[in-house]
Amino acid sequence: MKVAYWPGCVSRGFTPELHGSMAKIAPLLDIELIELDRGSCCGAGVIAEHSQELADTLNARTFALAQQTDGHMMMNICSTCQGAQTECQERLDANAEYRAIVNETLSEDGLTYEKGITNKNLLWLLVEDFGLDELRSRVKRPLTNLRVGPFYGCYIVRPEDRLGIDHVKPRDTYLSLLIEALGGTVIEYAGMHKCCGFPIVTMNKEASLKQAGRHLGDAKDADADCVVTPCPLCHLNLDLQQPGAEKITGRVLDMPVLHLPQLVGLALGLSPKDLGLGRHVVKPTSVIDWSSSVVAGVGAGDRGW
Amino acid sequence: MAEFTLRLRRYDPESGAAPYWDEHTIDLEPHRSVLEGILQAKARFDGSIGIRCSCKAAICGSCGVRINGQPGLACHTHLDHALRGARDGVIEVEPMGNMPVIKDLIVDMDAVHWKKIHRVTPWLINKEPIPEREYVVPRESMVDITQSMACIQCGACVSDCLSMEVDPLFVGPAASAKAYRFVGDPRDAQQFERLQDLAEDPHGIYDCTHCFKCIDACPKGVAPMSQIMRLRRRAGNDHHIKDRNNGERHESAFVTLIKDYGLLHEAELLPRSYGGDSWFGKFHPKAGAELLDSLPAITKAVMRRKVSIKGALLGHKIPKADLNAVQRIYKKIEGRDERLELNLYITGYDEDVDGAETPPATAATGAGQPGAEPGQPGQTPEGSPSR
Ligand code: SF4
Ligand code: SF4
Ligand code: SF4
Ligand code: SF4
Ligand code: FES
Repeated sequence: MKVAYWPGCVSRGFTPELHGSMAKIAPLLDIELIELDRGSCCGAGVIAEHSQELADTLNARTFALAQQTDGHMMMNICSTCQGAQTECQERLDANAEYRAIVNETLSEDGLTYEKGITNKNLLWLLVEDFGLDELRSRVKRPLTNLRVGPFYGCYIVRPEDRLGIDHVKPRDTYLSLLIEALGGTVIEYAGMHKCCGFPIVTMNKEASLKQAGRHLGDAKDADADCVVTPCPLCHLNLDLQQPGAEKITGRVLDMPVLHLPQLVGLALGLSPKDLGLGRHVVKPTSVIDWSSSVVAGVGAGDRGW
Repeated sequence: MAEFTLRLRRYDPESGAAPYWDEHTIDLEPHRSVLEGILQAKARFDGSIGIRCSCKAAICGSCGVRINGQPGLACHTHLDHALRGARDGVIEVEPMGNMPVIKDLIVDMDAVHWKKIHRVTPWLINKEPIPEREYVVPRESMVDITQSMACIQCGACVSDCLSMEVDPLFVGPAASAKAYRFVGDPRDAQQFERLQDLAEDPHGIYDCTHCFKCIDACPKGVAPMSQIMRLRRRAGNDHHIKDRNNGERHESAFVTLIKDYGLLHEAELLPRSYGGDSWFGKFHPKAGAELLDSLPAITKAVMRRKVSIKGALLGHKIPKADLNAVQRIYKKIEGRDERLELNLYITGYDEDVDGAETPPATAATGAGQPGAEPGQPGQTPEGSPSR
């Protein structure tokens, strides 16, 4: 499957292990990534907060670039990109006159956006297009006994109408389905669909980290070994800021946070090192211990990272 | 007729006993409402069940509850629909969240919801001198606020607001939507003061975590979060209110960084959000203090090779030609006199793309325009859609 791949900025900046692990799993799943390296940041809702037309036009440009490739669809690896881009797409697709105004701006660059691009997060693509049965058949090292808590990120679960979530496409349950297909144990907990607090970390740090800390605490209380998220921004608040969240909530959390492709990669047989697990602020010791107990071949020499 | 089982959350704070669940099986047509189910249970099995309701028609806003964990109106949720969302075949009804329970499904709206509504001065502040007769404003200028006028004060959005969950002082979705109802009203005399008040409040408009919960919760399509974003646009963009919460600085730093680099330069965003939107922002004392606070996290990130020093200093860019294209887009749009905004609540969706006659992006359909006089001189009623 060929896809026009939108990595987003954070996966190339503060969470390079995400972009890296995506590149590692793609060939194992026969997904060919045509990277959209000419596109600009989706704006994460902040540019739209400043000017809707600006956000819509910048994203229309990225969509137009994706439509120039021969990819089957556009794919992202960031809940926030999914949400912010879908919001812009909703306006662009809803109104021909508005779209014409945006396209006129793009035409100076020789680009046009045509209504109706399909843009999916890796999570949706794996469940809906690649298929869980196919995924199951490629698992080399099932995540047996690994207790994984899903963390979605708001932008990929709300608003339901805009994101096309209903009982036919229960996209707000896909992480659980995926963890199961990879052979892991799903740990559901109160905060899994809630907000990590990232958008207000510069405005109200205390409230922001209280949110992150509370959800991680819930996952810990439910005995999760780690949580997994399809959103690098969630990762920043849940992993990078976890020491701060521990201080504010007054409890030791020590909860590893995995990016979605890292979890998939582990089941496909890649080593924690290949997947950049050592780059996290919270050392995923439980996950590494699990992986070395599963693979007898991983010797002491490979543990230096 | 069909049977449905309801699981109701019961609690009487005065009794001193802990909350408990109570199950009743009722008999109703599947299209009837959860409220009717509860009322039947009350009539047939247990008269002491506490539920508040009045209109039974999604107008009065009395019957806000949580159904299978989701906030909404009991009178506006069909039994068959509710059953589909039930985890174990039983429809679960709880009182709304973020507000204290008075009894069973009745929460104390005064203690939270109404207090916050009063906080935003929920009435029109007259211009001086007060017009002798009515205010005359162009019809178009009222369209923008019809969405927040649709609020029925049910509190469903307040129930599940994720910022309020960790910060009970947050002004919250319903009150913010109400604030926009006046900030967007051309007849109001104190729009600037309202905005400044809400921007400067540490629990005001910049305390919303952008979680979309209130959008999904609202039975009336008010989309309180979108109204908060409108308030921010007006405060930051139109009035340049540099609030002490870094709200305006954060937004303006983000927007500028994308113009300069095409992609987000995270290492610059943080200091600029605290210190001010320029390369020098990071030398501002506020930026220094914050960086010191974040230093342990940043050091760790560098140590783990998550972020390289070089990457942190230089950021990442897109190719030159593309950056030029992005900057052309900025220039064109930022150069417009007026912001172009498409509110789908008002315009609706095209029926069909191909050759569809569409309303102009800024025009509105007639979802109730109180105040505005039809047929003002200079207005063109023929041009506006049905009223
Ligand atoms: S979500 Fe963030 S990181 Fe991703 S592209 Fe959008 S703004 Fe950039
Ligand atoms: S959970 Fe946090 S980072 Fe993730 S989508 Fe929500 S706000 Fe964004
Ligand atoms: S979007 Fe903002 S106001 Fe709405 S529920 Fe979330 S935090 Fe509350
Ligand atoms: S905004 Fe919607 S959910 Fe909130 S009180 Fe008003 S009607 Fe109810
Ligand atoms: S009873 Fe009036 S809104 Fe439900």
